[in-house]
Amino acid sequence: MLRALARTGLLLRTTAFRLAGLYLLVFILFAVFVLGYLDWSTRRLLDAQITETIETEIGNLADQYRQAGMRRLITVMERRGRQGNVFIYLLVDEKGDSVTGNALLRLPLLQQSPGWIEAEYNWPDESDEIERLAKIRIFVLPSGHRLFVGRDLEERERMKEVIARARGSTFLMVFLLGGFGAWFITRRVLTRIDAIAQSSGEILAGNKAERLPVSPVNDEFDRLARHINTLLDRTDALMAGLQDLSDNVAHDLRTPLTRLRNSIEDALRNAQSAEDSRAALEKAIEDSSQIIRIFDALLMIARAESGHLAPTLTPVDIGAVVEGMAELYEPLAEEAGLHLRVHVAPGLTVNASRELVGQALANLIDNALKYGLPLPDSGAEPVLTLSAEQVGEKVHIALADHGAGIPAGARARVLSRFVRLEKSRTQPGFGLGLSLVAAIMRLHGGSLSLEENSPGLKVTMIFPVAAQKSASE
Amino acid sequence: MKILVVEDDVEAGRYLARAFGEVGHIADLATDGESGLEMALSGTYDVLVIDRMLPKRDGLSLIMALRAEKRVTPVLILSALGQVDDRVLGLRAGGDDYLTKPYAFMECLARVEALARRQNPQATQLTYRVGDLELDRLAHRVTRAGEEIVLQPREFRLLEYLMRHAGQVVTRTMLLENVWDYHFDPQTNVIDVHISRLRSKIERGQGQSLLHTIRGSGYMMRDNAR
Repeated sequence: MLRALARTGLLLRTTAFRLAGLYLLVFILFAVFVLGYLDWSTRRLLDAQITETIETEIGNLADQYRQAGMRRLITVMERRGRQGNVFIYLLVDEKGDSVTGNALLRLPLLQQSPGWIEAEYNWPDESDEIERLAKIRIFVLPSGHRLFVGRDLEERERMKEVIARARGSTFLMVFLLGGFGAWFITRRVLTRIDAIAQSSGEILAGNKAERLPVSPVNDEFDRLARHINTLLDRTDALMAGLQDLSDNVAHDLRTPLTRLRNSIEDALRNAQSAEDSRAALEKAIEDSSQIIRIFDALLMIARAESGHLAPTLTPVDIGAVVEGMAELYEPLAEEAGLHLRVHVAPGLTVNASRELVGQALANLIDNALKYGLPLPDSGAEPVLTLSAEQVGEKVHIALADHGAGIPAGARARVLSRFVRLEKSRTQPGFGLGLSLVAAIMRLHGGSLSLEENSPGLKVTMIFPVAAQKSASE
Repeated sequence: MKILVVEDDVEAGRYLARAFGEVGHIADLATDGESGLEMALSGTYDVLVIDRMLPKRDGLSLIMALRAEKRVTPVLILSALGQVDDRVLGLRAGGDDYLTKPYAFMECLARVEALARRQNPQATQLTYRVGDLELDRLAHRVTRAGEEIVLQPREFRLLEYLMRHAGQVVTRTMLLENVWDYHFDPQTNVIDVHISRLRSKIERGQGQSLLHTIRGSGYMMRDNAR
């Protein structure tokens, strides 16, 4: 019982119920107006009709009187009076005595001024308990006689009653239907909201796979539920990313940390001289810097994957960045036995972080210097080609080498974290380079593609072109 | 040189102060933002080393308060926040240089000394001279013992930076930052190759070596004969 009461209270407090109540009120006002107008206009119409028939009748009688005098008028009135209870006729002389007539009027006949009145009357053969109302025109003849011609108003009064009854039943229906409608709509809304509340409760309780119910109706609740579901999916992805990151940090930092620890322990046990200890400490510092680098790269990748915390992107002359990095790395390439060729189209502007793009390019060039030397029997030129050009709505920055390349099947795999192909195990590195570049490209709304350069590998950073506005600045 | 270290991690702060002391500087230590600001305002320091996240008053707010008082003492910001935008925020707040934790002490020292030198008016002079090597900044001319040396524009800027900080250690990251304007950690010996090219141009067999490699930290221009 208490629960039912509480539930009713809940029902009454809902927005849906209040809205339904408001609508009910508006409908009632509308019904009052419509019925009132109907009443008023019907009465007006009937009144006008009655007035017109009485005018016509009086006109006829007046004609008779003019043409044939009083006697003729009396005869006509008597004849007409016998034709049924349609018109009320009464003729009184100047003293107020009835000359002829078919009805009894309950009013001082002489005091009435000529014109229209509404008066109660009775037929002569019935008791005066029956109430009858008539609309009457009073007409004074030149002889001083007063002529009363009227018509019963029963029709009009009946219409009034009909309308009054209609008003009552209309109000009853509006109340019933409106109340039921309000209850039904509120119930429906409450049911939907309860379903949503239940699902979100389950999600809160830890059931991460649960989603809000979406019906095929596609109403506003479904749209809301769909939005919230998208939000939940996104949150799940972020959570998964975070989980992934912490797993990686735990797993992938443990390896180099163990190595660091091992080398320190080894030095403690086996160092023979101060020089040995010093070398071991220097190695430890180098190892720890490497760990920091892994950590930084992991953070950057995680940021890119979460899709948030994008760095501030500003219009950057990307050609200048490419040329600058080429200039920075050219001596190192030369030393590695590779010739670095640069082709940069003029006027390339993209929204970017110059710093991050520079870092990505440095990673790619580092990789190319490690793996881009032609195999001894391939006969290919020892050339690295760095190019920047606009292709449609994109700016492509490509680095192509003639090295061993990456087998087509393995290309997607090298973009994931910590993957190092078998052949590269002998080279230093942690397998984060390409996935870091891919992450940087994602932060820029671009992508990274790996292609066959037969022989060798062509890595392309694909940026969306900056809007024309920023390019002209 | 007198240095104020504002660092809330007492162990790290003491380590820095001691290490500065070992190389001949005097370092004071403050462990929160409020006392750091007080000491920076009352004392006369050549360089301030300020951690970004401090109790009582945040490092950036400390720097802004200092700058609002018209104090121009150079500030090196130490921070665990290493993203590009964090760095920009730090410099915008009034910091002069930004070093991400963890850092090598030699890197920190080199930057502190470079900042102190920035205050020195001779840093903006028009000609630099180390031994018989001379660099004319206006004419973009480099001569050694009167003989002209032709340098690429980038080599010129590299030499200019090294000569401006003659007698000081300049690290690889400082060179990448100041000559190439990139702030990432050069993982390869990309800077070393540029240095050795430059060295081969300015030291073509003649005279004595002016551009020295300082093991474990970086490079230094110095005339050993004097």
